[in-house]
Amino acid sequence: MASMHPTPSGTRDVLPDEMRELRAITDAMRQVFERHGYGEVWTPAIEYESIVGRLDGRNGGYRLFDDHGSVLRLRSDITVPVARVAATRYAAAQPPLRFCSFAHVYRGVKPGRGQMREFLQAGVELIGSPGPDGTAEVLAILCEALEAAGLREYRIGLGDAGLYPALLGAVGVDAPTADRILDALVARDLVRLGVEVHSIGLDAQTTELLLDVPQLRGGIEILDSVPEQVATDRLRAVHRAVPADVAERLIFDLGLVRDLDYYTGAVFEIYDPAAGMPLGGGGRYDDLVGRFGRDLPAVGFAVDMNGLHIALAGEERGEGSPGRLAPGAEGGNVA
Amino acid sequence: MSPRNGLTIAVPRGALMGDTLDLLDRLGIDTAEVRANDRKLLFEDVGIVTMRPSDVPTYVEAGAADIGITGKDVLLEQPERAVYELLDLGYGRCTMVLASVAGPDPGAEALRRLGVMRVATKYTRIARTFFEQTGRQVELVEVKGSVELAPLTGMVDAIVDLTATGTTLRENGLVVREEICVATARLIANPVAHKLKAAAIDELLERLRAG
Repeated sequence: MASMHPTPSGTRDVLPDEMRELRAITDAMRQVFERHGYGEVWTPAIEYESIVGRLDGRNGGYRLFDDHGSVLRLRSDITVPVARVAATRYAAAQPPLRFCSFAHVYRGVKPGRGQMREFLQAGVELIGSPGPDGTAEVLAILCEALEAAGLREYRIGLGDAGLYPALLGAVGVDAPTADRILDALVARDLVRLGVEVHSIGLDAQTTELLLDVPQLRGGIEILDSVPEQVATDRLRAVHRAVPADVAERLIFDLGLVRDLDYYTGAVFEIYDPAAGMPLGGGGRYDDLVGRFGRDLPAVGFAVDMNGLHIALAGEERGEGSPGRLAPGAEGGNVA
Repeated sequence: MSPRNGLTIAVPRGALMGDTLDLLDRLGIDTAEVRANDRKLLFEDVGIVTMRPSDVPTYVEAGAADIGITGKDVLLEQPERAVYELLDLGYGRCTMVLASVAGPDPGAEALRRLGVMRVATKYTRIARTFFEQTGRQVELVEVKGSVELAPLTGMVDAIVDLTATGTTLRENGLVVREEICVATARLIANPVAHKLKAAAIDELLERLRAG
């Protein structure tokens, strides 16, 4: 009875047929990263909780003690360890610094299709290159890497982590209420968001604005309907800085928030019609590297390789074909 | 699977089904075949799949359906589902209650004398959160069938259950002690479809809001 020797929940073995396909995908992506000067790094799977734990948000899941009683933590993302590497191993190097990484990360999620507790991420981090040019460079590399892997129908949702908080502040919403509203947005609960916004008692026009903005997604023109300058200008600048073929893939999404606290500006997610979940994402984290002692703006992304593999297989079966999704028209962006 | 608006809709069977089909009719989606076919589950021509309400978030999260309709009780019970909750549809109004047999409250008595109340429910997440928030120690007993039986047999001191009219509770000699929350039907969406099929979903939302 082979089934009497299980692996821990949310983990699994990868056997040769799958491994050959996965290896082909990762090799194709690694070549793209290396070609653009992103050198591959390995970091430990375990780090001190005291150093990385407070930075990587709610996704932590596995902690253990070492023989001195220090709390260790299995990494739950790649960005924080690479930020540590950049600030400590390259303390005097001339920026920008470019790194890529292929590593397993560990999260305490409920396992399901495409959601494992141990999963392989591929990502790059560009450190010392501010927006919009740094953001544009990373978006272009993301698209090139996805295409090298063979993905065809993908789109990139692009938002700004600072936009909605700035809007809430501008209309005078106090911090605790703003936190509750943002919490509802992170939970994708627009009904609760509506209840919270209505409970503030703002005038009808402002209330409508706060309800509409998180639901705006489409082409660059949606930015015109938002009375906020800083974040929307950041997004326009990114749009101008990316190559045309990347711009065609973008869906501006003003409700896009990532569930990690360290994002400071542009944030993005990868969607494919052949997969039910985002395939990964990233964004700017201009304050994170500074917390390790070297103040540098940074941007990066991580792709969930299992999700990408599922999407590739789905596209092969025709799930991403135009019959299922009218390209361009549905996303609202026909740049 | 390509109905007129390009969306696949997960429709709940059971108490929410009638109102949901009426709603889809008003949106111009032909539900005649769904109404006529009690056993069939998949209606590709109109983009409708039918299932029990507690399965709707599962199908929508996986992208097997782009949008779906289910009760807030179901969503509260499955908080880890990565789906958008877009709209409170208002119908299917039910109340989640704490109930026990009429007369002196056996739950309060158990808490006072034994420190722990035994509570039967199908909604263990909602019940656990409720008792944590109200600072009471409970032993939850998960049951799958008629929850009303549990206090009548003396297995538990109280139940947490969903009630629309209170009739079933009354008929079994149970009284509502506390109301926990109100649940109505909600429109939910897959997070990827919400971006890639934004136009179709927004059009649907607009028509729903317009009534």
